[in-house]
Amino acid sequence: MATTSRDTVEISPLRRFAPPLAAVLGLVIVAIGVGILADRNAASNLMASIYDALGNTQGAVALRNGAGDQLAAKLVLGVLALFVGVGGIWMLFVGVSAIVGLLSPRWQGRILPWVFIVPAMALLTVFLIYPTVGTIVTSLTVQTNGDPLAHYKALFSPQYLGLIQNNLTWLIVGTGGSVLIGLLIAGLVDRVKREALAKTFIFLPLAISFVGASVIWRFMYEWQPGGQPQIGLLNAVVTSVGAGPIRWVQDQPLNTYALILIFIWLQTGFAMVVLSAAIKGVSIEVIEAARLDGASERQIFTRVIVPIIKGSIITVATTIAIVVLKIFDIIYVMTGGRDGTNVIANRMFQEFYEFFNDGRAAALGTVLFIAVLPVMFVNVRNLRKQGIGS
Amino acid sequence: MTSPARPVARVRSVAAWRPAFIRSAPLRIAVVGICLLWSIPTLGLLVTSVRNPAEINTTGWWEALLNPFRENQWTLSNYQSVIASEGMLSAFINSLVVTIPSTVIPITIAAFAAYAFAWINFPFRGLLFAIVVGLLVIPLQMAFIPVLRLFGQFGLNGTFLGIWLAHTAFGLPLAIFLLYNFISQLPRDLFESAAIDGASHFQVFIRLVLPLSIPALGAFAIFQFLWVWNDLLVALVFLGTGADQRVMPSALNVLIGNRGGQWHLLTAGAFVTMLLPLAVFLILQRAFVRGILAGSVKS
Repeated sequence: MATTSRDTVEISPLRRFAPPLAAVLGLVIVAIGVGILADRNAASNLMASIYDALGNTQGAVALRNGAGDQLAAKLVLGVLALFVGVGGIWMLFVGVSAIVGLLSPRWQGRILPWVFIVPAMALLTVFLIYPTVGTIVTSLTVQTNGDPLAHYKALFSPQYLGLIQNNLTWLIVGTGGSVLIGLLIAGLVDRVKREALAKTFIFLPLAISFVGASVIWRFMYEWQPGGQPQIGLLNAVVTSVGAGPIRWVQDQPLNTYALILIFIWLQTGFAMVVLSAAIKGVSIEVIEAARLDGASERQIFTRVIVPIIKGSIITVATTIAIVVLKIFDIIYVMTGGRDGTNVIANRMFQEFYEFFNDGRAAALGTVLFIAVLPVMFVNVRNLRKQGIGS
Repeated sequence: MTSPARPVARVRSVAAWRPAFIRSAPLRIAVVGICLLWSIPTLGLLVTSVRNPAEINTTGWWEALLNPFRENQWTLSNYQSVIASEGMLSAFINSLVVTIPSTVIPITIAAFAAYAFAWINFPFRGLLFAIVVGLLVIPLQMAFIPVLRLFGQFGLNGTFLGIWLAHTAFGLPLAIFLLYNFISQLPRDLFESAAIDGASHFQVFIRLVLPLSIPALGAFAIFQFLWVWNDLLVALVFLGTGADQRVMPSALNVLIGNRGGQWHLLTAGAFVTMLLPLAVFLILQRAFVRGILAGSVKS
């Protein structure tokens, strides 16, 4: 292999065959891995095979019978998944792009981007785009008794209008509450020392699941008949001023607001963080100028800062509104939708799992989809305006 | 959708506000009051989880704080019971097994896609990216019924593989969007000089883009980790409620159903589910905030 000039470099066989090999190996790993993983008992079967290989027949038999080291088996499965998921994907990327590298530059330029894009787009197509179409079709064709719009017409019965009304209450109070309180706190903490510490307290609930938060607040709302010791903080406060204990989670319409309060408690931190960053972006000169004009601190906040950060406020409100719209966990865990607290997402779950009415469930999902369409349009339009890759 | 926003960097000194006002007591009291108010619910949970079960149902948890030295007040046995007998350990392992691949795999896939969207020209690039952005806000409810049918055909219902794929796909739009925001802001010179040196896109991606994008990768990782760990709905739908399949939120939900009045178990169980996300969150708070800002500050 004389390497006299760059043009005539001979690629060693190893270098030539390594990339296709890596690609094939990647494919094989992914295929075998998926084969092993696509099984409800994947964990115990995998671990049992390992035990067999190690000669621990007893352990293997126990695992196959649904006993034995199930937890260890799951961990092993998780490691395999990481190996297949990350290792396999990397080898595919490495191998395929190296193969593409053997082609002429012209073809490289044509094919390589797709190597990078296709895995992501394929997953999005299978798990989001195709299902969106599928759900709409289901809502128009399944259990409709011949009338494609039957499920949508049914939504105008009082039962469903109640859900939509609850969702609207959630949308307005939940979003409004989180944004307003978040804005207020962002304005306040901006002026104290130890700002970061103060923010952490407000921010912390963001790490807590809706289910965890539901337990926390079930305990806050705990109700005991009057005369008995109240172990829920809110009723302890209420009874200490002489009033009777309140059934926060049962009494309508109070209960919906009690549930919304849980959401506000969780999400205010998000609003606060984004708005606090926006407030820090307001130039000092503007604030100083307002101050020279004799504006009070409150006026500076409401008349100068808030209008300047209006864009951020809208973004935060939109983001939270989208979360509120799909709210499910809190209702599912706290009331199961009873006592007039049901919302669209929980009802959809019930239609599907309890009433086996797939068409109705799909129609409810589609209602949520239609509700977010405006946001989707605005986001895409903003993107178009800005252009991509510029 | 501008740069990965970095307003945090422009920290204005506190002194910009009227100094007399800074030291004013009402403001401080208000802030301290709000912080207290926000912490009380969690504090109640934490205190109750280490109280003697007999005490929990007779006196409020705040009284334990007022009389901390009373006998037989504190115990760790609640945690012992909830971990040993309520399937919390199994749920913890399940949550780990679900969460870690569901966090790492989407990052891997999204990073490649984000790089291509940001720095390679190819047909339909704008259209495809617009689709990704459009999918950012799609309610997951739209996905469940058809994906369940699909999983049914391939025998994926109730498997870890199924939920990994679902979480990966559901996390991708945000992952691609966040990483695109970051990667597209890397200096153009970097890529031009790399191209002159004859580096392929793949080499550029591995040697330049990945190392430089670590902040964005980390921010998304925390995001996705918290979201998957705390998720109930996707787990209910794709993993089911079988005793050996439960992740932490579904296990806690079952606990609420079975042990609704037994606060010593519920509070300890809830705290066990919150432990890891709270730790991750407190340690990596700054990266998390960066992620939130990059994901939401669009103009």
